[in-house]
Amino acid sequence: MIKTETEETESKRELIVPGEAIIKGKDYLPGDGARREGEEIIATRFGLSDISGRLVKVIPLSGIYMPRIGNVVIGRVIDMTFNGWIIDIKAPYLAFLPLAECPKYVRGDLSEYHDIGDMICCKVLSFRGKGVDLTIMGRGLGKLEDGMIIYINSNKVPRVIGRDGSMINLIKEETKCEIVVGQNGLIWISGKTIEEELKAKEAILFVVEKSFVGGLTEKVKEYFGGKK
Amino acid sequence: MAYTKRFDGRKFDEPREMEAKVGVIKNADGSAMFRFGDTIAVAAVYGPKLFHPQHMQNPQKGVLRCNYDMLSFSVNERKKPGTSRRSQEISKVTEWALSSVVNLDSYKNTVVDVHIMILQANASTRCAGINAAALALAHAGISMKELVSSVSIGKIDDKLVVDVIKEEEDYEDGEGATDIAMAFMSKSGDIALLQLDGKIRPAELKEAIKLGEKTSKDIYELQKKALKKIGEES
Repeated sequence: MIKTETEETESKRELIVPGEAIIKGKDYLPGDGARREGEEIIATRFGLSDISGRLVKVIPLSGIYMPRIGNVVIGRVIDMTFNGWIIDIKAPYLAFLPLAECPKYVRGDLSEYHDIGDMICCKVLSFRGKGVDLTIMGRGLGKLEDGMIIYINSNKVPRVIGRDGSMINLIKEETKCEIVVGQNGLIWISGKTIEEELKAKEAILFVVEKSFVGGLTEKVKEYFGGKK
Repeated sequence: MAYTKRFDGRKFDEPREMEAKVGVIKNADGSAMFRFGDTIAVAAVYGPKLFHPQHMQNPQKGVLRCNYDMLSFSVNERKKPGTSRRSQEISKVTEWALSSVVNLDSYKNTVVDVHIMILQANASTRCAGINAAALALAHAGISMKELVSSVSIGKIDDKLVVDVIKEEEDYEDGEGATDIAMAFMSKSGDIALLQLDGKIRPAELKEAIKLGEKTSKDIYELQKKALKKIGEES
């Protein structure tokens, strides 16, 4: 359901600042956060350079969430219109969830379905210059009831998920909580008891803090081992 | 009496001790501090974020807003807080200098706010402010073509000096003082800002720009080091 990024690739990663050349050569293609200038590939963002095959990109370390089509995000309903809901997804744009994108909607007041202040897990359907359109058609999408929401930097989300979801599955297993990680950095945790939820929260914050340590999954295993 | 020795004993082409630090303000999306001797500038970047009022939004590219201000305790004589003619001008030129490197195309309809505060002033505040703001923008993960490094070059009497201080600015003997604030882009070496206060001959101005270019390279190295330091920690 959630896109993952490989945790540790074979290629050497280096810290790079905007305007710094990452690599020289006509064969390489500039990806996200990079541009070509003559022979060189130059970074346009501050982050870690990543060369996988011919593609050269920069993995940003900071910055706020920019929506992308297909991203699963968590947002809060902040307003209602006659044909849908306006949702804050912690991006520089407001998101709109149209009524037509809601399954099993029965006639009546919109607020009976999603009210102001509700947290919703949704998918980015389209993103144009002005505003984001969302959908909740799909498995695992919809209103999030109970539980707690925590917020992390969206750039750390791939770390929290881990390779093929290894990290998040480990945390889920260890804490017996249901966890949904939105690409925008909002994370929903729901467990049987508050203690379990807090344990999961602590573990996620641990991952965020130690996000640049190699072999992080092992470290988290140790972390859980120490807690018992 | 000609100007043969600088007030603080520096060489003519020697800048003051510089320091750069990234991530000084926790709540900002990006922040940095830059110091030239006892001139301290702190910059904070917020955004890209929703732009209100809506009629000011630009659907073609993002908007960069800069706000430069000297704090009331930054100078010996208390400065009246708030904007002034001077601070408005500096905000504007900083905005122009920075918008030549920021890729605003990727932030349509949004705004990026840059706040520059001068904690302590001893000339060259706009240069310190631009240096700090460039770092803060990079730290905020904003897409940029390159960094900018800024330095002030002065002509005191008939001598070209790097990194002017207040006493030099007020020098009146001989040909008097000329203060040239300039900013260079790190990769292309283009000029992002060039302001001149005083009088100078064209040949000397060319020489001054060359001197500024040389110093800006050192500043760039320092900025790069500061950014990489914060990158290793996070």
